[in-house]
Amino acid sequence: MPTPLVVHDVAKTFTMHVRGGVRLPVVENVSFSLKTGECAVLGGPSGVGKSSILKMVYGNYAVDTGEIIVKHRDALIDVARADPRTVLSIRRETIGYVSQFLRVVPRVGALDIVAEPLVERGMPRDAARERASVLLARLNLPERLWHLPPATFSGGEQQRVNIARGFITDHAVLLLDEPTASLDAVNRQVVIDMIEEKKTAGVALLGIFHDADVRERVADRMVDVSAFAPARAA
Amino acid sequence: MNIASYNFAYLDEQTKRMIRRAILKAIAIPGYQVPFASREMPMPYGWGTGGVQVTAAIIGPNDVLKVIDQGADDTTNAVSIRAFFQKVANVAVTTKTGDASIIQTRHRIPEKPLGQGQVLVYQVPIPEPLRFLEPRETETRKMHALEEYGLMHVKLYEDIARHGRIATSYAYPVKVEGRYVMDPSPTPKFDNPKMHMSPALQLFGAGREKRIYAVPPFTDVVSLDFEDHPFEIQTFTEPCALCGSTGVYLDEVILDDRGGRMFVCSDTDHCEECRDEH
Amino acid sequence: MSTDTIEDAPLLKVAGVSKFYGSRIGCENVSFELWPGEVLAIVGESGSGKTTLLNCMATRLNPSSGTVYYRMRDETFRDIYRMGEAERRLLMRTDWGFVHQNPADGLRMTVSAGANVGERLMAVGERHYGEIRASAIDWLGRVEIAGDRVDDEPRAFSGGMRQRLQIARNLVTRPRLIFMDEPTGGLDVSVQARLLDLLRGLVGELGLSAIVVTHDLAVARLISHRMMVMKDGRVVEHGLTDRVLDDPQAPYTQLLVSSILQV
Repeated sequence: MPTPLVVHDVAKTFTMHVRGGVRLPVVENVSFSLKTGECAVLGGPSGVGKSSILKMVYGNYAVDTGEIIVKHRDALIDVARADPRTVLSIRRETIGYVSQFLRVVPRVGALDIVAEPLVERGMPRDAARERASVLLARLNLPERLWHLPPATFSGGEQQRVNIARGFITDHAVLLLDEPTASLDAVNRQVVIDMIEEKKTAGVALLGIFHDADVRERVADRMVDVSAFAPARAA
Repeated sequence: MNIASYNFAYLDEQTKRMIRRAILKAIAIPGYQVPFASREMPMPYGWGTGGVQVTAAIIGPNDVLKVIDQGADDTTNAVSIRAFFQKVANVAVTTKTGDASIIQTRHRIPEKPLGQGQVLVYQVPIPEPLRFLEPRETETRKMHALEEYGLMHVKLYEDIARHGRIATSYAYPVKVEGRYVMDPSPTPKFDNPKMHMSPALQLFGAGREKRIYAVPPFTDVVSLDFEDHPFEIQTFTEPCALCGSTGVYLDEVILDDRGGRMFVCSDTDHCEECRDEH
Repeated sequence: MSTDTIEDAPLLKVAGVSKFYGSRIGCENVSFELWPGEVLAIVGESGSGKTTLLNCMATRLNPSSGTVYYRMRDETFRDIYRMGEAERRLLMRTDWGFVHQNPADGLRMTVSAGANVGERLMAVGERHYGEIRASAIDWLGRVEIAGDRVDDEPRAFSGGMRQRLQIARNLVTRPRLIFMDEPTGGLDVSVQARLLDLLRGLVGELGLSAIVVTHDLAVARLISHRMMVMKDGRVVEHGLTDRVLDDPQAPYTQLLVSSILQV
């Protein structure tokens, strides 16, 4: 089975220069890989570095040592060393990300926020909006909200906009950071179904799920992040 | 007063040479404003000190001088300058356009077509056509050098936007020999077409601003415009009330306090000549 | 950004650019490449050299050393400091734009909005009043200024409108590269948000490359792909915008990021 993502021997430490150069080791020796059509779940207590790993894979956090190899446009690229343009290109085409919180853009309506990744990839705006509206309807976001900027939405509404935006593309790798945290049972089930469909479509998913029930139902494999705890950490 | 106490034509010979060098350079680069060391003249700025210096530099004992002010030979400015050159150069003067070898003018071109060998000397208050929108001289000189004339059309654009047509009716900018944009001095735009391919030499002197420029004989002079708002000259519905001429530039003359008025030729010599013919 | 930018060439190549004012450093040894469709934010506090650097690249200042190569429309790279002045000025008013912090510096305040937008078109030889005016109204619309304001002078406009007018004036010739110096600097917060959103949309829609100087990290996050942090004339950190803001490495960047007020 193809392996679109390999994380090899990655380590990350925060150096807090504003606090006198205090060094906070986060993880080390992080090694795992992701196969197509599977959903791997990062496990371990909170504060163990699960989100940091997702952010490193997405290029949002710097990587101190190690490699994060992703198959992008038929080439193997190390996200940890890639230049900003390449990271953006990877995000546009290969790695999708559903963050925990929606970063709202002033004045842009929910439908356009969801459609944007498709528009960026060259799809005509009307077609992209069509696809976006299908997803928003499936996630039960009331239609009267579609054209409003989500700044004033509730946490659950914002989260569904975020999920739709992350799921709308056919990225080969999809990172999920607590996508169901603020959802009710009905919408949680929708997201679980959507994850199953991504798996069937051959997408490799890497997620963090606080909710044990959701975790049980989507996880094909657990990656225990506690095992990557730095040796010197307490 | 003893005429001998003046050098011929008032200016000393070194000054005349300096001005002639500027004139030659101006002729060599049609439409380009050549700086020159403008002298104090025995008249205030605004009374034609630039034109007078140019005339003084080119006039010879055999020249015949005509001076007009808004087309008329008999207004103060014209009379004074004519008297000035009679006194300091002792040259023959005339009011007849056809008889003159040098015509100094303030803001008109005579109606009678000029011929080869004649020189038209314009008095120019502000020589820089770009100044309206760009007050910095360093910048306007650069714009001329690099042929950046978009700004000229901005001015015309504003005219149309405000008035529905190009409302600029005098000092209407022209492009000379396809290169320099030039201010033709505050002549009515009615006269612009007369500058184009004129057999006469046209010299422009700005005394206060210390610039001389020229349009040599048979030079291309094109008034700027837009494709959909082409350059047009003023037209008059009535003929001249005195001589009956049509197709000439007319002045409005107020006759009384009850709104009575008439339109007469601005070119007095032309008007007289027409009346003599009838 | 279009999808096929990985293999093509950068638009601007800046190598070792320094500017000294006597013994004082304006900016020192700055190198980077800007790619088509990319927005680079240069951040730092007042006096960090960010505006000096911007002016060096926009040929408003001559650097003391270094080179700036620009990819012309004919695909040749040209050293912008070795171009003749005529060619450089033509480049600046056709293929480049410059948005000043104070709109009055970039607008002609005494001519109408339409003439402000139309000037660049007239400068490159457009001579049809009706078409120039139609383009002006179209561009006013794109920057959300009503067409019936086309004959008003910018003096009658609010600060936000003036800034949008300045942007329209720059974009009318469809430039490929825009320099912006604190484009939201003097504006109210709500007006800023509108302008940023507009800029973000136009940059994406037109595939513009832009170099934006700002001291406002929120502005940088919203519109830039990549960020360069400057301090005392030197680049202290440079990278993907969200990486620099979410995981700053340099001590100065950490200080800058931790100094943002949260709302």
